[in-house]
Amino acid sequence: MRDRLNQTLRRVPTWVIYMLGMLPAPWFFYQGLTGALGVEPIKALEHKYGELALQLLVVSLAITPMRTHLGINLLKFRRAVGLLCFFYVSCHLLVWLVLDVQLLDQIVADIIKRPYITIGMAGFVLMLPLALTSNNWSIRRLGPMWRKLHKATYVIGLLGAVHFVMLVKGVQLEPLIYLAVIIGLLALRLPGRRSSTTTPVRRQRA
Amino acid sequence: GLGAMAGGAQAQDTLEPNSWEDVTTYCNFYEFGTRKGDPAENAHLMTTSPWSVTIDGMVDRPGEYDFQDIMSEMTVEERIYRFRCVEAWSMVVPWNGFELADLLAMAGVQDSAKYVAFETLYRPDEMPGTAYRVLDWPYREGLRLDEAMHPLTLMATGIFGKDLPNQNGAPLRLVVPWKYGFKSIKSIVRITLTDKEPPTSWNMSNSREYGFYSNVNPEVSHPRWSQATERRIGGGLFAKRQPTTMFNGYEDEVASLYDGMDLRKSF
Repeated sequence: MRDRLNQTLRRVPTWVIYMLGMLPAPWFFYQGLTGALGVEPIKALEHKYGELALQLLVVSLAITPMRTHLGINLLKFRRAVGLLCFFYVSCHLLVWLVLDVQLLDQIVADIIKRPYITIGMAGFVLMLPLALTSNNWSIRRLGPMWRKLHKATYVIGLLGAVHFVMLVKGVQLEPLIYLAVIIGLLALRLPGRRSSTTTPVRRQRA
Repeated sequence: GLGAMAGGAQAQDTLEPNSWEDVTTYCNFYEFGTRKGDPAENAHLMTTSPWSVTIDGMVDRPGEYDFQDIMSEMTVEERIYRFRCVEAWSMVVPWNGFELADLLAMAGVQDSAKYVAFETLYRPDEMPGTAYRVLDWPYREGLRLDEAMHPLTLMATGIFGKDLPNQNGAPLRLVVPWKYGFKSIKSIVRITLTDKEPPTSWNMSNSREYGFYSNVNPEVSHPRWSQATERRIGGGLFAKRQPTTMFNGYEDEVASLYDGMDLRKSF
């Protein structure tokens, strides 16, 4: 069953993931224009893009544990998921800059003075080098450095979730669930856990 | 004084109300969920008839007042007010209601009373949002007595000439137009006259972010966002922000209530 699943996954071309993954961006925008996101479409659109980015972050952090613990191999799609995540974080940021806050001096003040925005921006800035090096050439160029660099994803995951927890009013459940899931996915990588629970999976060359 | 009120009434004529859809689908009423659409979706679960309001504490005639009995005593009028949420969005709402001062007079406020405390209905089986403790239920709010007696302070029972929809706080709610929206407590079941500043829900939840007064003030930022501007709901995806005004535009009428107070400290 697992082998069948892995075989099927192997046959899915990555461009399909890119295509399907990009579709919600114009769709949500169109919904915002036509009133389908409600009477306050700016915050709604900002939230949609941000939420999707966070979900893609969770997926990208789940790929390694899914392989080591469940034997399901999605490694082939990890780059696509990571880049899509960066794409939606950028959309989220653009909506915030252009449609939401609008005023340049207030944007600067918010980034410096509002911790949840500082944290969100830090996450975005950390994503930039990862997005820029998500290509075969950079992997060859950077060698072992590349793996180290891309471990920044763990920090980005935490920053993203904390950003969400901090921006809501009161103690709300949904952002705490994201935070818990992300911490859980990171905990699965702790050295002790890994060696004791690893299911052997034949390595595949990309 | 009267002059100030006349000025307020004039300003009222120039306000263009938001649409019924804006006012009834974009709500904060956490007892029904924390998303803006949740109250419109879930508030129909709340039973609003029969309804009674307990008025107690420092009053001459404490007791349980039936909503219909209250309505038969009060004269309902229309008030078109600006409504400014602490989240930096705003609307203009055509309320129907009566002055809180008239309701308090019905119960007879004693001289010792200094504050008014309010409580929202807390009925978990009709309020799915209370399954999770976002706030310490029941929702609580409060005013200083002079704020409560101010002629702008309204007990609303309707909008657009119709009964209040449940998501907007049926059957009766407070409206204090110069304060952030969360002060305008919904679906009130208890009003208590007291001589101590009463605990209020958002202040209990986070006193650094939400003060007892919570007067609209563009110069005092919320710790997590600026209050200098606001976005009027209903402007679509490209709505421009507009400047927020002191006391939400009711400065002439209410500023004197706070003479000598440091509004940065008493925010």
